[in-house]
Amino acid sequence: MTSMTPEGLIDWAGPILSGALTTVQIAVLAYAIGLLLGLLGAGAKLSPWAPLRGLATAYSTLIRAVPELLLILLLYYAGAQALDALLAYLGMAGAVQITGFATAVGVLAFVQGAYMTEVFRGAILAIPSGQLEAADAFGFSRWDRFHRIVLPGMLPNALPGMSNLWLILIKDTALISVIGFNELFFTIQQAAASSRAYFLFYAAAGVIYLLMTLSSTALFARLERYVRRGQPTEA
Amino acid sequence: MDFSWLSDPFYLGYLWEGFVNTLWLLLVSAVGGLLLAVLVALARLRGPRPLAWLVWAFTTVMRGTPLLVQLFFFYYGVGHLMEGVPGIQETFMWPLLRDPFFFAALTFILSVGAYSGEVIRGAMQSVPRGELEAGRAFGLSGFQVLTRLWLPRAIQLCLPTLTGEMILLLKSIPLVSTIALMDLLQAANIIRDETFLVYEPLLLIAGIYLATTVVLTLVLRFVELNFPGMQPTQRRWLPIR
Repeated sequence: MTSMTPEGLIDWAGPILSGALTTVQIAVLAYAIGLLLGLLGAGAKLSPWAPLRGLATAYSTLIRAVPELLLILLLYYAGAQALDALLAYLGMAGAVQITGFATAVGVLAFVQGAYMTEVFRGAILAIPSGQLEAADAFGFSRWDRFHRIVLPGMLPNALPGMSNLWLILIKDTALISVIGFNELFFTIQQAAASSRAYFLFYAAAGVIYLLMTLSSTALFARLERYVRRGQPTEA
Repeated sequence: MDFSWLSDPFYLGYLWEGFVNTLWLLLVSAVGGLLLAVLVALARLRGPRPLAWLVWAFTTVMRGTPLLVQLFFFYYGVGHLMEGVPGIQETFMWPLLRDPFFFAALTFILSVGAYSGEVIRGAMQSVPRGELEAGRAFGLSGFQVLTRLWLPRAIQLCLPTLTGEMILLLKSIPLVSTIALMDLLQAANIIRDETFLVYEPLLLIAGIYLATTVVLTLVLRFVELNFPGMQPTQRRWLPIR
């Protein structure tokens, strides 16, 4: 076995690296959209208008109470069907690769947005209300108040949750392999099945994901130091 | 929406088996995982340096890699290696090593042990030293201090987080359908393959999961409220992070 296995890994290095790249692309895009959905969700949850609040509450509660894998399967079938119908309508039927990538990103972003909603809601509520009232008293517009007071004020509170969600998202991208889309873990499964070196390839998958999560942890630690600049250091 | 297949006793049998397996796996992994978590916390706080380092590496790896990858690693990777061990196929261990339930439970126990171990470690560090010293001063042995003071106080501090971890565990259980273990999702997959209905079986088990999550939440809240010395705190409707 030892004489065969190194060969197997090198043969598959190219596909695995390109799979890892796809995984990172999916994760980054889904995270960006998830952040936006989370901001919208948190805004809706804190809105004075009850129907909007109800909608956001239903979104974040339902999504967070159902297992991710189940949601990914459900939304993937529904999303792929909708996108296929759209592409067929536009006369671009058969663009399966685009469909796969777009649905993977969309599904993960939709799930991510529900968790992000809760993180942002908590972080916004933690801003001392005096700061918001001061902004109003100084005649800030709603937008100015949002991007000069609310955003920098909530980021230190939200960042630990955001970094948790990014780590969860990287790990959730592996679930996309269940659908059969060609990302990192799907490539690994193909490699393991064709070389029959299951132990080696699944260990390699673990190492690659670990590298991704550990480097992100380091990055988020730096980011947190940055958004906490100017804050009194706690003893 | 076509739910007529629900009248078929075969499909109901699958769903029931899947539901029972889901709950059974939840129970085994929660009990085993929390016991392991206490050992993990103790090893990191009081273990000899090499052991503490090893346990740190274990928790880092388990928390830094996807659960799905771990499941495949143990079931296919370790399982495949075990196949090659000479003579193992004659031992009593062999039926266990062919069983996806065994590997699923193993993976989940290790995962819960790593995640909850860190939670319990943090809580144990937050228990004031004076309380433990008071225990010693009253003549309790080191072990008694651990079981009667340190652990109960630590669990009081992190109980809401631990119950959140249990909800997360419940929501990871559908992953086992990928290693051909009959859980709710696997039952839905079988029904989908036989009836060609894509959404109905998945929606049904999504509903079952939703209901199970709510019931588990209520049960865990009951536990929280009745845990000795728990301060009633403000609670969210669903303790999910």
